[in-house]
Order: sequence, then C-alpha cells, then structure tokens
Amino acid sequence: MPTLTVNGRRQVVAAEPETPLLYVLRDELGLDGAKFGCGLGQCGACTVEVEGRAVLSCLTPVGVLEGRAVTTVEGLGTPEHPGPLQAAFIAENAAQCGYCIAGMVMRAHALLRAVPHPSEAEIREALRFNLCRCGTHMRILAAVRRAAGHDPAATGATP
Amino acid sequence: MRRRRIAVGLAGALLLAGAGFGLASWRPALAPGGPGPGETTPERVGRGAVLASLGYCASCHTAQGDRPYAGGRGLATPFGTIYATNITPDPETGLGRWTLAAFTRAMREGVDREGRHLYPAFPYTHYAGLTEADIAALYAFVMTREPVRQAARPNALPFPLNWRPLLAGWKLLFVREPRIPGTTAPADPRRDSEWHRGAYLAEALSHCGACHTPRNSLGAEVKAKPYAGGEADGWWAPPLDRSSPAPLAWSEDALARYLAEWDPQHGGAAGPMRPVVDAHRTVPAGEIRALAAYTASLYGAGPAGSRTGPVDRAVGTDDPALARGATIYAGACATCHESGGGVPYTTASLGHRTTLRAPDPRNLLLVLRDGVAPREHAAGPIMPGFGAALTQGQMRDLAAYLRARFSPDGPWPDLDATIRDLMRDSPGPGARAGAGG
Repeated sequence: MPTLTVNGRRQVVAAEPETPLLYVLRDELGLDGAKFGCGLGQCGACTVEVEGRAVLSCLTPVGVLEGRAVTTVEGLGTPEHPGPLQAAFIAENAAQCGYCIAGMVMRAHALLRAVPHPSEAEIREALRFNLCRCGTHMRILAAVRRAAGHDPAATGATP
Repeated sequence: MRRRRIAVGLAGALLLAGAGFGLASWRPALAPGGPGPGETTPERVGRGAVLASLGYCASCHTAQGDRPYAGGRGLATPFGTIYATNITPDPETGLGRWTLAAFTRAMREGVDREGRHLYPAFPYTHYAGLTEADIAALYAFVMTREPVRQAARPNALPFPLNWRPLLAGWKLLFVREPRIPGTTAPADPRRDSEWHRGAYLAEALSHCGACHTPRNSLGAEVKAKPYAGGEADGWWAPPLDRSSPAPLAWSEDALARYLAEWDPQHGGAAGPMRPVVDAHRTVPAGEIRALAAYTASLYGAGPAGSRTGPVDRAVGTDDPALARGATIYAGACATCHESGGGVPYTTASLGHRTTLRAPDPRNLLLVLRDGVAPREHAAGPIMPGFGAALTQGQMRDLAAYLRARFSPDGPWPDLDATIRDLMRDSPGPGARAGAGG
C-alpha cells in the first residue's frame, strides 16, 4: 500500500497504486479542496503541488508519489487563518462559483515558489491551462499579483 | 633559401585564396527603399497571407507570446542557436528599407539587404524555387504588417561559425538550383495538376525537406536521401518516404486530414509540426489537398512489408519495471488512451502512433514531459504534460512499457541517456512551474 505525505502528514493509504491522487485526497483523506473537473487533465481544477511544482491530481497515480511531499489548498491555511495567497484571492473577490479556485491557488502557489516576483507574462503563462467557466480570470490575475507583492517566502507553504 | 621560397609561396597562395574567397563571398548592399506603386495591392497582400501560412513563416519569426513577425524565436541547431529576425516593416530593425529586389535576393540567395549572408536555418534553398509572383505576394504581405521596433537577438554560434563570409563557401558546396516539376524542371506527364501544385508547395514554400530530409555534418540536406527523415528543434522528424515506420499506411485522404487538423488513424501533430498544422487553418482546402497528393506520392502506394498495423501486445508482469510502467499507464494515461478513441482526438489505441515506432524515444519523452498545448481559437488535440508528476525513473518505466506494448520493435537502446538529457530538471524541488503540469 502506498505511503503518502500530504500537507506534512505521512500516512499509508488503502488505495491501489494506480488510483489517481484526486480520489485518494477526496475519498480517503477527506481533503475535498481539489476538485474533479474534467478528469482528463484539461481544466486544472484538481491541481495540487508536488515538491514545488503544479501537478494534476486527477492523472497522477498515487504510486508515483512515494516519498514526495504533496501540498493541497488545505495546506496553505484555514478558513480562520488563510495563507497570504488565499487572503489575496479573498481580498480580490476572485471566486464566483469557486469550483476552479483551489486549482488556481495551487498553480499560483507553485509559480510563486519558483518565481517569487513573476512578471505579468509569467503569471498568465503559468495559469494559461487552468480554466474558469465563470470568467473571473481578471480577478484571479489580480489576486496573484497582489500575493506576489507580499513577502515571497510566505505564500503559506508547508515546506 | 629553399624553405624561404616555400614560405613565400605558401603565403602568396593563402593571400590569393583569401582574396578570391573575399571576392566570391562579397555581396553588395542594395539601395534602401520600400514598396513601389502597385506592389502592395489588397489582392497581393491577400495571396501573400495564404502563402505565409503555407510557409508558416510566423512559426520561426514570432517568439512565443510576442508580436507577430517581430522575430526573436531561437532555433536550436547542432551548431548553436540561431534567432529569427524581425520581418515587420520597421525601418530600423525590420524590413522597412527593403525593396522587392532586396527581398527577392534574400529569398532566393540568402543575402540580406546590406549584403550579409544569411544562415540556412532560413530555408532560402527551398524558397529559391518560388515564382516571382509568389515572392512579390509574400513581400506585399510582410510590408503591410504592423511595424515593430525590436532588434534581432544575436545568434549564439561559436567561432568561426559566427563569421558570415564562411557561408559563401557553404553555398558553393551545397546550394543547387531547386528542380520543381512544372516550374524549374519539366512537368511529370504521369501526374496531374494537383500533384504538381503540391510538389511546388512542398519543395519550395512549405520546405518540408528542411526537417524531413537528413542533413550532413555541415548542415546541408542530403539530396541523395530526400525525405528519409531528419530532425527539427530536437525532435525526430519522421521519414516521408517508404522508410516511414508508421504502423498504418498514409493515404492521400489521411494526409489531408492530418495536415488540416488531425487524422483518426494516425493522430495529430506535436512539436515543431504543430505550428505548421495550425497555420493551415487559414489555407484553402485545395492547397492542403495538393500538399497531401504530393506527400502521399513520396510515401508510395500500397502497404509495405514493415506496416504491421497497430500493435497492442500483452506485457508480462514478471519484469518489475514494466509492471511499474503499467501502473503509471493505468493511472495517468488510460482515462483518455484506453477509451478506444471515445475521448475526442485520441486514436483507437496508442498502437496507431508512429511515435512509439520511432528509432529513438525523443518525441515520446518530449510529449510526455510537456504535453500538447491546446490550439488557439480552434478545437484540437490536447494533452497535459507529466514532467512535474513523474520522476526520471518513472518516466523511464512508462516509456519502456508503452514501447513494449505498442511496438513490435524491441526496447529503445538509448532510453536512459535520452531521459537524463531531456528530463534534467524533472522533477525536483524548486524546479520550473511549467504550464500543463
């Protein structure tokens, strides 16, 4: 049985190694921040972070994550104490229906870890394949810009 | 005394050779100017737009996310990186001071307005076969683009390759007049006008051989092996002749579908071929049919012995690496690729893909690493990249599994080295936040 390290907590999961991470997060670990959008790796709603890089959890078998640190949107803060990136999304009112937001936040989180002060072009390039059907892209971009103005080391990352 | 005479003789010979080479390599600057009256009529510009799409000029002359035709995109060659120039009509940094005569000389002879030799990454060896009318239409098109002030990036080439007069020697050795049936060579009486149109487009404007023909150690196309397969920007460019390892024969219809969008029997383009197919979106269907008619004739008729059809073999679970690969396939790939073609833009199985029958794993690994980006403003194939999700070892297991299951050709011998080469920063803490995963 695979061992997963999610948001700093190491645990053995019952799922088969080919099971996509998204199902394990939602069904076994009770972390339902990451969303099932298309299930085909095309929309980005399921995005999580694996060791500094954005990964689509709907197409990542848990078996490949042995010994690697996974961070989900729950790892960046709590409703009472949102992390800086989450706070920026709240401040910019970036969510409408909110279904894509966890994925957007995690994609932006991975970007800010790699590039603490991204240019507008870098932000747009990073978020290019995360879709929002409500059309709040401009507010999402504003939120990422706002977060990038903060102390770059403190986007709420669990190391 | 004798030694001295030899030294003087040698020096003299060198001097003469140098002077001769200097003379041969020297090309005059052409007078500055711009389009003359009647040289940018709407009809010409319109025809030039279609021709520019068929020559997919923008794929090199537009950098990603940058303004159209302003240059700056780097082309990786075995010799170094060559940066495409700004071909907008900006007078300082683009073609703003170029007359039609200067443009024609560049297209046919690879010499810029100031008289400098151009590197053959600009495929003038093909454009030399264009008709005067088509060069004039392309000139009308580029001279009516939005001017952008952006100086060309200097090429990253080592000495002495960065010394342009050397290119005159390269031209002496390798440049031959293109022979295009019906235009510069006698028409082929066995072929119809559509085939001849396709031959003209493929040989001259679309410069298919620039990637699909192998190149020699000095970077010139090997004319004795036309379309036997080559290289483009680090990708394997498959052969277009009978040596193609495609599991299913390429028919004219399949090629027309592939060149316009996607073909259900063979799949779609990735890598440097993607912008070619994307550019075809604005090309009339008749031109695509003509290209398909010609390329189908390169491939030859009927099934060849090596065409086994799509392969889907049972892969034993006794090899732990292949078993790990099967697990990754089940979790990462199967949702789309085991749908029997049900998910849009997937083939019935990966056994249809020429990529898995390639002589080396480069194309497979590049697609697995980076995915296939969605088309702009049009439906088309899309695949997420797995460069962030999979470690080098996992990528290796997956590639080995795919090869074992979907190809009869045996394991790739250079898989490990290619993975080390292509996945240097993948994955690892603090690596790129690449798009698509």
